[in-house]
Amino acid sequence: MQNPYLPYPVRIDEIITETEDKNLKTFKFVFLNPEDEEKFSYKAGQFAELSVTGKGEIPIGIASSPTEKGFVKFTVNKTGLVTKYLHNMQVGDIMGIRGPLGNWYPWKELEGKNVVIIGGGFAFTTLRSSIVYMLENRDKFGEINVIYGARSPGLLLYQEELKAWEAAGDIKMHITVDATDDPDWKYNVGFVPTITEEKAPPADENTYAIVCGPPIMIRFTQPVLDKLGYAHDHIINSLEKRMKCGIGICGRCNIGEKFVCKDGPVFTLEELNNLPFE
Amino acid sequence: MKGQTEMKIIKIKKEAWGQGLEKLQSEFRLFGPVADKDGFEFKELAQGQLPVMDLGNTRLSAKSTVYPQTQVMFNYTLDESKEDHHIMKEVDLNGQPQAVIGLRPCDAASFQLVKRNFDNPEYPDPFWVRPYEQSTFVGLACDNPSPTCFCTSVGGGPYSENGLDVLLSREGEVILAKVITEKGEALAKAAGWDTDADENVFDERRDAAEKKITAKINSDQLKGKNANDLFSAPIWEDIAFACLNCGTCTYSCPTCWCFDIQDEVKGTEGKRMRNWDSCMYPLFTLEGSGHNPRPVKEMRVRQRFMHKLKYYPDKYDSDVQCVGCGRCIDLCPVNIDIRDVCETMNNYKPLKSES
Ligand SMILES: Cc1cc2nc3c(=O)[nH]c(=O)nc-3n(C[C@H](O)[C@H](O)[C@H](O)COP(=O)(O)OP(=O)(O)OC[C@H]3O[C@@H](n4cnc5c(N)ncnc54)[C@H](O)[C@@H]3O)c2cc1C
Ligand code: SF4
Ligand code: SF4
Ligand code: FES
Repeated sequence: MQNPYLPYPVRIDEIITETEDKNLKTFKFVFLNPEDEEKFSYKAGQFAELSVTGKGEIPIGIASSPTEKGFVKFTVNKTGLVTKYLHNMQVGDIMGIRGPLGNWYPWKELEGKNVVIIGGGFAFTTLRSSIVYMLENRDKFGEINVIYGARSPGLLLYQEELKAWEAAGDIKMHITVDATDDPDWKYNVGFVPTITEEKAPPADENTYAIVCGPPIMIRFTQPVLDKLGYAHDHIINSLEKRMKCGIGICGRCNIGEKFVCKDGPVFTLEELNNLPFE
Repeated sequence: MKGQTEMKIIKIKKEAWGQGLEKLQSEFRLFGPVADKDGFEFKELAQGQLPVMDLGNTRLSAKSTVYPQTQVMFNYTLDESKEDHHIMKEVDLNGQPQAVIGLRPCDAASFQLVKRNFDNPEYPDPFWVRPYEQSTFVGLACDNPSPTCFCTSVGGGPYSENGLDVLLSREGEVILAKVITEKGEALAKAAGWDTDADENVFDERRDAAEKKITAKINSDQLKGKNANDLFSAPIWEDIAFACLNCGTCTYSCPTCWCFDIQDEVKGTEGKRMRNWDSCMYPLFTLEGSGHNPRPVKEMRVRQRFMHKLKYYPDKYDSDVQCVGCGRCIDLCPVNIDIRDVCETMNNYKPLKSES
């Protein structure tokens, strides 16, 4: 019997500080046993438990794309016990990752469709994975729009990549910040819901929205999507709950009879409408 | 039933009982109810120690015999001079076979309910499944059920054989043992219990014992109700009003399985532990950001009852996640009674929407 709680040992290969407040760092991991990389085969939208030996485990969305080989990447916000400790770890340190866990964005269903990605703050991690994946498989998708916002320019994740995507023009990028006093800022200024209203393509049978961000962003983006006519089975969310096991056993992360860790974290809004509102 | 008539009944005299248990101890770790402080609990039996068979049910359930309250999942060292530092090492789960002696039919049935969670097809949980597979369950039938027992309305009974390998029934100094499975047969053999009993009193006694159970719950209407209607029903504030969120109900319950995972380090040596947890505690769902989806006790109490009486039956297309042992009723300091809650839920009718 495979022990589903046993993490694969990994080494920290690179640490990148993403934001000017230094609260977000991207960790690039390499598997100590190369065959584990094969076992950790994942899809964009899944997450893993990062196992910091001696401190505990944390569920973190996978930020690298399945099309990127030889490593896996996660972007971690400094929050509490485990994340603070992780932020102080060094390149070369040994820890573990357990997964991949949960479901993924419905890539089969999205094939041939237009996709609009709406992200806010540091929930952009699995959206990066998705964008890289879609760019590698560009011919499989229709029009791709990305609306991504942060409080200020220095708080945007993956800034170099954002610029490169914008410049390449394969996808329509709509980067925005709540406010900035940078005179050279050449992108949008405004909250994500406002920019969504201005830039999101009109709804149709072939267009899906993936929405991922802090609860407040989700709350105010929803009416905009309703106004644009997006059907609730065409709106895809990724949820967060406190987790431990990540495999639907410890009983912690349920909404009604569904476990966010195993049946999610990805749900359509229609699915969520049919679950208790927790 | 075919299986039933072929079952073997064995007579165990007083001396043979003690001698048999001692013999078993060379092959099995034995667990049974023993005195503990002011009550009695399931513990591992010391060499020659007899399980207490003449009191009612233990305060905590027998779940700890397979699923201990605290358990090591992995060991590791943080000492960087060691080659495998910071790497989790598995503990050996292939321990000695064990036998649980004198558990009541309700507790035996609880393992069958909990099994759906731990022995699931996608991620079978070795920490539960291994000890479960290595266990032989020797139950003790209840001739004197307590007033809070309601096993008969949740698919069980004081002589139910569900989840048992052997069922015992006491007759004064003598014990009659009904051997139910091959595991049970192997255990009886290892104990040297082989005197055929010429009587089968089990059916008769079962009928008498079942008649003594008067408490019941009705859950027949719950299946047809919408989970969201029950969830948003205006019943939870009243139900939860007196609750202290002490967690006694969940810890004592044989069918509650929630756990936490924590790392514990002493010096350079560490363990990853799993510990029972409770949905009654605010920390259970508190997120790092400070957000808590169940910040108030009504929500946590609702979660406990909805899980047992609605989500579980819906998820597994089964009966409720409760074996009617009555512990949560006996032990709750403010008399919250699952029978009443179930009744309220079972009778609840949502107001028809106006439109
Ligand atoms: C599916 C999913 C994907 C996530 N992706 C990311 C990501 O890409 N980047 C990122 O920075 N954060 C992400 N989070 C949130 C992240 O898991 C928490 O911030 C983190 O667990 C906090 O751990 P801590 O020990 O620092 O905080 P503490 O408050 O000290 O938490 C103690 C323990 O509680 C649990 N816990 C606390 N908060 C959460 C939470 N929000 N979600 C789940 N478990 C929690 C963890 O087991 C944690 O170790 C994600 C959460 C989920 C559920
Ligand atoms: S035992 Fe009673 S008071 Fe304690 S948490 Fe359970 S219902 Fe609440
Ligand atoms: S809910 Fe109460 S009566 Fe039912 S199995 Fe658990 S402790 Fe026993
Ligand atoms: S984290 Fe354990 S059930 Fe979801």
